[in-house]
Amino acid sequence: MNTERTLSRALWDSICSLKLAMTLLLTLAITSIIGTVIPQGNLAPQYVTSIGPAKLKLYQTLGFFDMYHSWWFVLLLGALAANLAACSCKRLPQIWRTVTRPVTTLDEGLRKSLPNHATFAAPQSARDLKDRMVGILGSCFAKPLVTEQDGVYHLYAEKTPWCRLAVYAVHLSILVIFVGAIAGSLFGFKGYVNIPEGGGVSQVAGAGGKTIDLGFVLRCDKFSASFYDTGAPREFKSVLTVLQNGKPLQGFDHVPIIVNDPLTYRGITFYQSSYGKAGRHVFRVSDPDGGNASTITVPSDGEARLPGGGGMHVLEATQDVAPFEPGRSGPAANIEVHGAAGQTQRIVVYANHPELNLQSARKNGGPVFSYLSGSESMYTGLQVARDPGVGIVWLGCLLMVVGVYCAFFLSHRRVWVRIKDGEVVVGGNTNKNPAGFELAFERLVQTIKGELAPGEKK
Amino acid sequence: MTSSLLFNIATIAYLASMLLFFAFIASRVASLGLLGSASACSGLVVQSVAIGLRWRESYIMGVGHAPLSNLYESVVFFSWTIVLIYLLLDLRYRYRVIGAFVMPFALLGMTWAQLGLDNGIEPLVPALQSNWLLYHVVTCFLGYAAFAVACGISIMYLIRETAGAAPAGGGTAGFFPPVKVLDDLNYRAIMVGFPLLTLGIVTGAAWANYAWGTYWSWDPKETWSLIVWFVYAAFLHARITRGWVGRRAAWLSVIGFAATIFCYLGVNLFLSGLHSYGK
Repeated sequence: MNTERTLSRALWDSICSLKLAMTLLLTLAITSIIGTVIPQGNLAPQYVTSIGPAKLKLYQTLGFFDMYHSWWFVLLLGALAANLAACSCKRLPQIWRTVTRPVTTLDEGLRKSLPNHATFAAPQSARDLKDRMVGILGSCFAKPLVTEQDGVYHLYAEKTPWCRLAVYAVHLSILVIFVGAIAGSLFGFKGYVNIPEGGGVSQVAGAGGKTIDLGFVLRCDKFSASFYDTGAPREFKSVLTVLQNGKPLQGFDHVPIIVNDPLTYRGITFYQSSYGKAGRHVFRVSDPDGGNASTITVPSDGEARLPGGGGMHVLEATQDVAPFEPGRSGPAANIEVHGAAGQTQRIVVYANHPELNLQSARKNGGPVFSYLSGSESMYTGLQVARDPGVGIVWLGCLLMVVGVYCAFFLSHRRVWVRIKDGEVVVGGNTNKNPAGFELAFERLVQTIKGELAPGEKK
Repeated sequence: MTSSLLFNIATIAYLASMLLFFAFIASRVASLGLLGSASACSGLVVQSVAIGLRWRESYIMGVGHAPLSNLYESVVFFSWTIVLIYLLLDLRYRYRVIGAFVMPFALLGMTWAQLGLDNGIEPLVPALQSNWLLYHVVTCFLGYAAFAVACGISIMYLIRETAGAAPAGGGTAGFFPPVKVLDDLNYRAIMVGFPLLTLGIVTGAAWANYAWGTYWSWDPKETWSLIVWFVYAAFLHARITRGWVGRRAAWLSVIGFAATIFCYLGVNLFLSGLHSYGK
């Protein structure tokens, strides 16, 4: 054998080795901690300043801010996949032979190697003994295979031989899950969309600023949030409609969705995720003498610029102030005004009470605000996902759970019997839980003893 | 509240059980060991009734849900599963002395829950309103409990192995089962825990996919559960790897349980602050 051969042989052996498996599992366990301690994805500015530029550079180079997709982590996962595929390939053929082509005759060498065996003397002929033993094994253990060899009968019976393959099924399941995950990332997408009540969308925002066309329109008919007495949320509910060519689709018209109960259409699933206010409020701003008047529109969840610099936003608004302030009427809004110099004022302004608006303006020394009208509505925030790989992942998970169960709790139990005139030899072994098998074998021996020669000792 | 009283009684039963097991080790009087098991068993029965009652009480309050929804309820359930797994092991293999190293975990959990945690019954927030909650929590905690039992057995292994090297059988530790038996029991406990943890991770992924459309998002909780899975997968391979059998395997089991506890408590206590940057 030349050096090249031995080198590639050594490489193959190390790829197949258990030591590599141990190293990879523990390395994955330890390195995975990094991403749970260092924030992942979009970094908050205060975090960036807190770690300083040197660390930031280092972490970025090592891919720590998206470490589960970094080249070295993917490489580790790939190495794990290669390791378990290689070791399965190496060991499977032999296991496969054990399962499919078992040794069906009990020679002396095999008998001596078995941890459990017993010999009985019996007065009957080999043929009679064979028939009785086939019956006993069939009822107490498993139906045996009979081989005749030079007048000697060999019986072979086994239970759950395929459980030897279970550990390879577990290895395979990990590869299947990887395949599913890769399929999902290649052919699926994750996105996000906000829809105001009454509005509709045909596109959603995907990862990395991409927009994804849905191929249909999704409308939000209504959003509602309800709360328990404690203030904790009870239910977030959106009523959604799928529109095709502007018309609601049968079966997808006014479908309510809540957290833990999404809507799926054409493989795309919409999940209730967040919500917010989507109303608009109209104000008039003018100098105290009424000059320079202008109208501005402020979104419920946003800020509007003021003509004289600075900005404003709405804290709360009502279309009828009477229940809150008896004696007054009409719309009113509580607004926050940010001056150009950075000062902040909170003012209540009205539609029907210009004198109060003027009073506030004099007190604050700014322009006069008056609230004209507004509408309050909600928007719903939906997570959107399409993942064609998810079925493969579940298949892998199922294989893994079943495989792990079979690998741990089932064992391949084998019993051999050799029969000649006047003598029966029984032997057995198992690949797992030898103590449990010893008891079962002992019971089998007692049964055989009782059946062959009642009342007689071995 | 009646369930609260019963939880206190169960805690006292676990305390009594632990003390009886300690006395059993010190005196080697077999009846003390039997009393220890009996005390643990009666504590388990009382606690089972208490959990059932709490479940019923939540329905009477009009917020009915399985008592698995907050830290208090999960710690109580964790203690319950530890005692359950221990008693099943005791029933099967009859190494009573293991109780001295397992019951402290259950007692610690119950004491913390009863004295340090808010035991109010809260309604379920939308994210938890799913049948997956029951499947996911039950499988995870049964797995965790098996790991707790394995950790107790591994500590015994390490003590026994150290003491075994000393002359004259090593005093108290000489009363422990032989290291071979402890090694085997450790494996058997993890053999129960690993499939349950696997099932717990799979049900968690299924729930996440059903509720958010992502079965895996490398969130710290998920990642730590995978770390735990890696450690026990390494443990299972260690048993067939030269140089990893025995002492190293016992350490892996202890480290695995430390990772389990971090996954269960540490992630929420220490990482939530950091994690909030990411969201």
